[in-house]
Amino acid sequence: MSKYTEDDLREELKTKEYEYGFYTDIESETFPIGLNEDIVRAISKKKEEPEWMTAWRLEAFRVWESMEEPDWANVNYTKPDFQAIAYYSAPKSIDPNKTLDDVDPDLLAMYKKLGISVDEQKKMNNIAMDIVVDSVSVATTFKKTLAEKGIIFMPISEAIQEHPELVKKYIGTVVPTKDNFYAALNSAVFSDGSFCYIPKGVKCPMELSTYFRINQAGTGQFERTLVIADEGSYVSYLEGCTAPSRDENQLHAAVVELIALDDAEIKYSTVQNWFPGNAEGKGGVYNFVTKRGLCEKNAKISWTQVETGSAVTWKYPSCVLKGDNSVGEFYSIAVTNNYQQADTGTKMIHLGKNTKSTIISKGISAGKSQNSYRGLVQVSSRAENARNFSQCDSLLMGNECGAHTFPYIEANNKSAMIEHEATTSKIGEDQIFYCNQRGIDTEKAIALIVNGFSKDVLNKLPMEFAVEAQKLLEISLEGSVG
Amino acid sequence: MLQINDLHASVDDKSILRGINLEVKAGEVHAIMGPNGSGKSTLASVIAGKEEYEVEKGQIVLNGEDLEDLAAEERAHKGIFLSFQYPVEIPGVSVTNFIKTAINETRKAKGLEDMPAKDMLKLIREKSELLEIDRKFLSRSLNEGFSGGEKKRNEIFQMAMLEPKLAILDETDSGLDIDALRIVANGVNKLKSKDNAVVVITHYQRLLDYIVPDFVHVLLDGRIVKSGGKELAHELEEKGYDWIKEEVNA
Ligand SMILES: Nc1ncnc2c1ncn2[C@@H]1O[C@H](COP(=O)(O)OP(=O)(O)OP(=O)(O)O)[C@@H](O)[C@H]1O
Ligand SMILES: [Mg+2]
Repeated sequence: MSKYTEDDLREELKTKEYEYGFYTDIESETFPIGLNEDIVRAISKKKEEPEWMTAWRLEAFRVWESMEEPDWANVNYTKPDFQAIAYYSAPKSIDPNKTLDDVDPDLLAMYKKLGISVDEQKKMNNIAMDIVVDSVSVATTFKKTLAEKGIIFMPISEAIQEHPELVKKYIGTVVPTKDNFYAALNSAVFSDGSFCYIPKGVKCPMELSTYFRINQAGTGQFERTLVIADEGSYVSYLEGCTAPSRDENQLHAAVVELIALDDAEIKYSTVQNWFPGNAEGKGGVYNFVTKRGLCEKNAKISWTQVETGSAVTWKYPSCVLKGDNSVGEFYSIAVTNNYQQADTGTKMIHLGKNTKSTIISKGISAGKSQNSYRGLVQVSSRAENARNFSQCDSLLMGNECGAHTFPYIEANNKSAMIEHEATTSKIGEDQIFYCNQRGIDTEKAIALIVNGFSKDVLNKLPMEFAVEAQKLLEISLEGSVG
Repeated sequence: MLQINDLHASVDDKSILRGINLEVKAGEVHAIMGPNGSGKSTLASVIAGKEEYEVEKGQIVLNGEDLEDLAAEERAHKGIFLSFQYPVEIPGVSVTNFIKTAINETRKAKGLEDMPAKDMLKLIREKSELLEIDRKFLSRSLNEGFSGGEKKRNEIFQMAMLEPKLAILDETDSGLDIDALRIVANGVNKLKSKDNAVVVITHYQRLLDYIVPDFVHVLLDGRIVKSGGKELAHELEEKGYDWIKEEVNA
């Protein structure tokens, strides 16, 4: 890969910067729409990033320009016009010194409405929160407790300033800029996200939690998350998303990189509820996410996700099991309703010896939606005694939706043991009547049946999150029975 | 309590119930017998409000209220309980979670708060003891992998939990071993009071030795063609249905 050097950058700046007089123009909190090198530079400048970061972004931008949007997934949508999106926006009046108590009461009220009471969560659930609103963090809590243990948990923009050596060492090592179209785009324009580092041997005493939402029309959202668990450490990380109704499609292309060094464990749980579009399929978020974790020796990474939102979802949290005896897990519930389309799954790449992976995928389709599971289990030639167990269950509601399973297996070592099980079932009228007869109305009956179906995955979520996820399943299937 | 007048019901244009008349008063036990396919389960489902069946004519009145416009769950809230001939499986939903949901949804319909967890646990303990159900059983997925007898016992456990006004037991005895039959029948008897009523659908006299009916009805081709006291059940056990068919055709 040809490196984009600082000299190149300087050259660029000389010719472009003043030509457009761009930097001085940026007064508004939202950038003009469109994407070119100037915008990439402007984002980097806005965030006062060091030069290496700017260079890294520019390189990613060039890679992206040379790439084509993938179309192999089982989804249909009008491709976003990448020149019609604003690539940076910040909520008005942000003071980095603010504490949670200083947060705009309107904003807090909005969280409450969405069922996310920050205060309550903070008090009762022992959760440190790093809230991202339109890409910029507005509140961070529990920093002190974490700091005492040497845990770093902060917006990635701050980490770039305060811990450049860590960011520089690890960013892009699990998801390289050229990995795919959306990852390249994200690398070029990511606005913010979370950074987390757990030092050697430290067990993070609380669930780290980030709530994302998109609240400005027409603003693409490009988070970048980097979690590093140093040797023998442990962390559980929660990510949750909600978004208000919206009339035009919104693009979201996040990148999450997890690094579990020797003997470390990372649990990454996501509850995702972006606006899926209305009943006619209008509006809704396009969610193209690259999530990947790297396991060194004896390390373990578990992805647990509950996906109920987005008009189009394209998402494959993956594990690269590089170290011997490392373990990768993927537990997923994906709900699609109305006209939603989801193509999700996972990749388990077995490189080390005695590596183990487990995949439990539960797809629930209602309305006219399409729900696809796509999974790859790859065993390299030197991965002796690799094991995988995959289970993909689909639950259908009605006759107009679809469930599809695409398991891919590439075993290049004879000692590999790979098991795959798949089932498809339908919510029966008899089940509903049985519940009705016991006084449970149809809506609730479906929630109950769906929760039962999803139990194996819900059980993997931290308690408070599981309750929230259950509520979400109910809400997202509301009105799905005629 | 329950009053059924000239009830006609069909499914997919196939007429199944063809003029049922039945009155069940509080405190009474009624037995409905009849050959396979005569419409017993259909009658139970229609009373419970299964939408698949179309009521073409007649009324079902519960405590003075016509049930016509009530959905199945609303009928349940009014105290109708059906012990299913073939209970369905709901994977991943434990017996406890299911019954808890049923109770709280019923309470919600009546404007009551959820039952406190402590009371719920106490009730579950009490009722599972009544029916001699192992507590471990309650954490299993509803009816999934249950034996025939276990399913039936679980139905009666739910009945005990919900304390209905009108319980319809559709062949609850089939699948139960001799000891289980006694336990379940005892359970039903303990739940009986002057304020509620039980309709048992069965093929066998044996159950009626335990749950003694005040009235026995014979359902044939969608009509109640004969009614009598408990001795009618003995007579049927002895002679089968042919003599009744002959009577009807005569
Ligand atoms: N959903 C349905 N679709 C078509 N036919 C039905 C349906 N439900 C019931 N029937 C028919 O209606 C008739 C009465 O059935 P029902 O189950 O009520 O009989 P039953 O008296 O309970 O019989 P058994 O003693 O065998 O339980 C049968 O011929 C049955 O096949
Ligand atoms: Mg029957």
